[in-house]
Amino acid sequence: MIEIVGLRKRFGAVTVLDGIDHQQAAGEVVALIGPSGCGKSTLLRCLNWLETPDSGSLRLGDVRIEAGTPEAADRRRRQQLRRRTGMIFQQFHLFPHRTALENVMEAPVHVDRLPHPEAHALAMGLLSKVGLADRAHHLPSQLSGGQQQRVAIARALAMKPQVLLCDEPTSALDPELRGEVLTVLKTLAAEGMTLLLVTHELAFARDIAHRVVFLEGGRVVESGPTRAVLDQPQHPRLQEFLGKHRARPL
Amino acid sequence: MAWTTGVRSTSGAVQTPEPAIPQVLRWANDAEGGAPYIYHTPDNPDQLVGFEVELAQALCDRLGCTSQFVQYNWANLIPGLRQGGNYDIVIAALERTPENLAQVAMSRPYFAFGQQLVARTGDTNIQSLSDLAGRRIGVLASTLSHRLVTQQGGLEVRVYDENVNYFRDLELGRLDAVLTDSPIATVQLRTRPNLRAAGPPFAPAHYAIAAPIGSSGLLTRINEALGSLIQDGTLERIYRRYELWGPQQAALATWTAEVVPTTTSGAVTAATKSKPVPTLRYLTILIEAAVTTVWVSLASMALAMTWGLGLALARRYGSRPVRWMAMSYIEVFRGTPLLLQLYFIYFGLAQQWGWKLSAGAAAVLTLGLNYAANEAENLRAGLEAIPRGQTEAALALGLSPVMTLRRILLPQALRISLPGITNDLIALFKDSSIVSVIGLVELTKEFLIRSLDAGDYIGLGILTAAIYLAMGHAASRGARALERRLRT
Repeated sequence: MIEIVGLRKRFGAVTVLDGIDHQQAAGEVVALIGPSGCGKSTLLRCLNWLETPDSGSLRLGDVRIEAGTPEAADRRRRQQLRRRTGMIFQQFHLFPHRTALENVMEAPVHVDRLPHPEAHALAMGLLSKVGLADRAHHLPSQLSGGQQQRVAIARALAMKPQVLLCDEPTSALDPELRGEVLTVLKTLAAEGMTLLLVTHELAFARDIAHRVVFLEGGRVVESGPTRAVLDQPQHPRLQEFLGKHRARPL
Repeated sequence: MAWTTGVRSTSGAVQTPEPAIPQVLRWANDAEGGAPYIYHTPDNPDQLVGFEVELAQALCDRLGCTSQFVQYNWANLIPGLRQGGNYDIVIAALERTPENLAQVAMSRPYFAFGQQLVARTGDTNIQSLSDLAGRRIGVLASTLSHRLVTQQGGLEVRVYDENVNYFRDLELGRLDAVLTDSPIATVQLRTRPNLRAAGPPFAPAHYAIAAPIGSSGLLTRINEALGSLIQDGTLERIYRRYELWGPQQAALATWTAEVVPTTTSGAVTAATKSKPVPTLRYLTILIEAAVTTVWVSLASMALAMTWGLGLALARRYGSRPVRWMAMSYIEVFRGTPLLLQLYFIYFGLAQQWGWKLSAGAAAVLTLGLNYAANEAENLRAGLEAIPRGQTEAALALGLSPVMTLRRILLPQALRISLPGITNDLIALFKDSSIVSVIGLVELTKEFLIRSLDAGDYIGLGILTAAIYLAMGHAASRGARALERRLRT
């Protein structure tokens, strides 16, 4: 489903991604972990071209883009990538001037040109799925953080993505609100959704991810099955990282 | 009674100096009045000339005092004289009419004139006011001409503040005719071959010197001096220099006062002071004028928002040269006076390129282009205040950049910019009064005209202010409703 080969990205003089390789099968759940600034968010944002990689290639299902080529500059190619991915942001980024329902309906109506009644039914179904059918007509400002993130998930799912990219989906939430978001994500994983998620919550990664990838300095330092990586870390940098995390009370 | 005076003395030989004549006699006029009254010659821009300037000088010589010119806005000369303090007399083509005599004391006439209708040379079927039904005529505000065309009715009257621009608009086809005092027409027709006098002068009247009511001592001395200037041919010599002498002027020597009492102050004061202002009648008139204010403002704002949005997008998303151009535009339109821009667009474009915009179009275009600079900055501030995540979320969902802007960014930006935009709309209601300089009568101009007629600044001022407040209030209400619709 996902195939990344030799992906590089620099911000000025700083190399953020230094030749990333990554494969992921359909239905697989992969957690990206690593210290701040290791490039894990940038990697995620390269997958839907919110950041433009400098070189390397990217395949998502049937769409393949070679960075730095003329076709990579083509807006339609970018669009194809975005149609196959959904993205969940740390800060939700719901559209504040639209209700929960309108947020979910926005893309089906204005990108897919879905007739209004169908989009409405689709959106209501998704809001029910995340347990917020009764909040359909609320504005984001009238919802709690956890509810907002669940609407954001419904909004992303409305475009029927093949891959869901989650950029620290619970970091902005109080601990008591994290559970409701994690539950939704776990359900999706159980249903076979391909998930690539950046997270600091190792307990959650352990719970949901089939594999864990540890990034540092823009490189994949270690990757493997979740338990193996988290319980028997090989690389000293990973051992140090995990040690710090254990010391930090969650 | 004939105003024949035997005084033939020169300035030095005037009898015992009376206290009625001050050492320095301050006489008021408006240098914008133009030829042949009072103007600057292009050869010597520092010196005022004109027959009224020379008359004032000759008069003061005869009275044995020093002449001092005071510049004052023509339309406000009479209120200024009544209020006192700035000048002693007015020599500024004030007509000796019952309307004026009700407000100030006036001397014997120093000039006889008629109303001259002026039309384009090609427009041969215009010979009198009655040929102008439904057509556009230009007049000077608060003059006899203005009163005559208003009484005539059925004309589209455009009111001007000075004596030159209506001729220009007549040449450009924005007017069908001009009604003005014959001396103005005489002078202007000399240099405008495509205009002609339409029919003979009518409604004969006189200019006279105005003094405050009750200053009969001063006025008697002025009448004596004027009489002597007429008798000894000084007046004739002055008028001949301006090619204004004729039998009409010669008849000034034997002028007799009308039955109207000139300075019997009791009757006059009663006429001006106790005349109750018919509030309801004036309210209707002012509201009609406010309609012009409203449509000019709303049309200008619509243009300003559209063009301002373009500028804001150019500044935020354009390439470097595009950004630079948008920024220069904003700087130029914010940094130069609105009045200058209005003259440039209304007269400048017509003069240079023959783009003859109507007054309404020029007003809306100028205000729109000017306010676009403000709205561009308002909207840009709004766009910049939106978190970057909104754009990313929209793009990640597959919305195109244009869709993202239209459906996600602009509604939020508008919501943020709305208070500033509302402010500007209310400012525009007031700023739109500037368009009166190109002949559109809007609320403030109507107030100025009517308050002169009625001699009432307080009552009409409060009415006018109330209408402005109502417009501003409606704008804020509308903005609040829009704010609710845009939510957040």
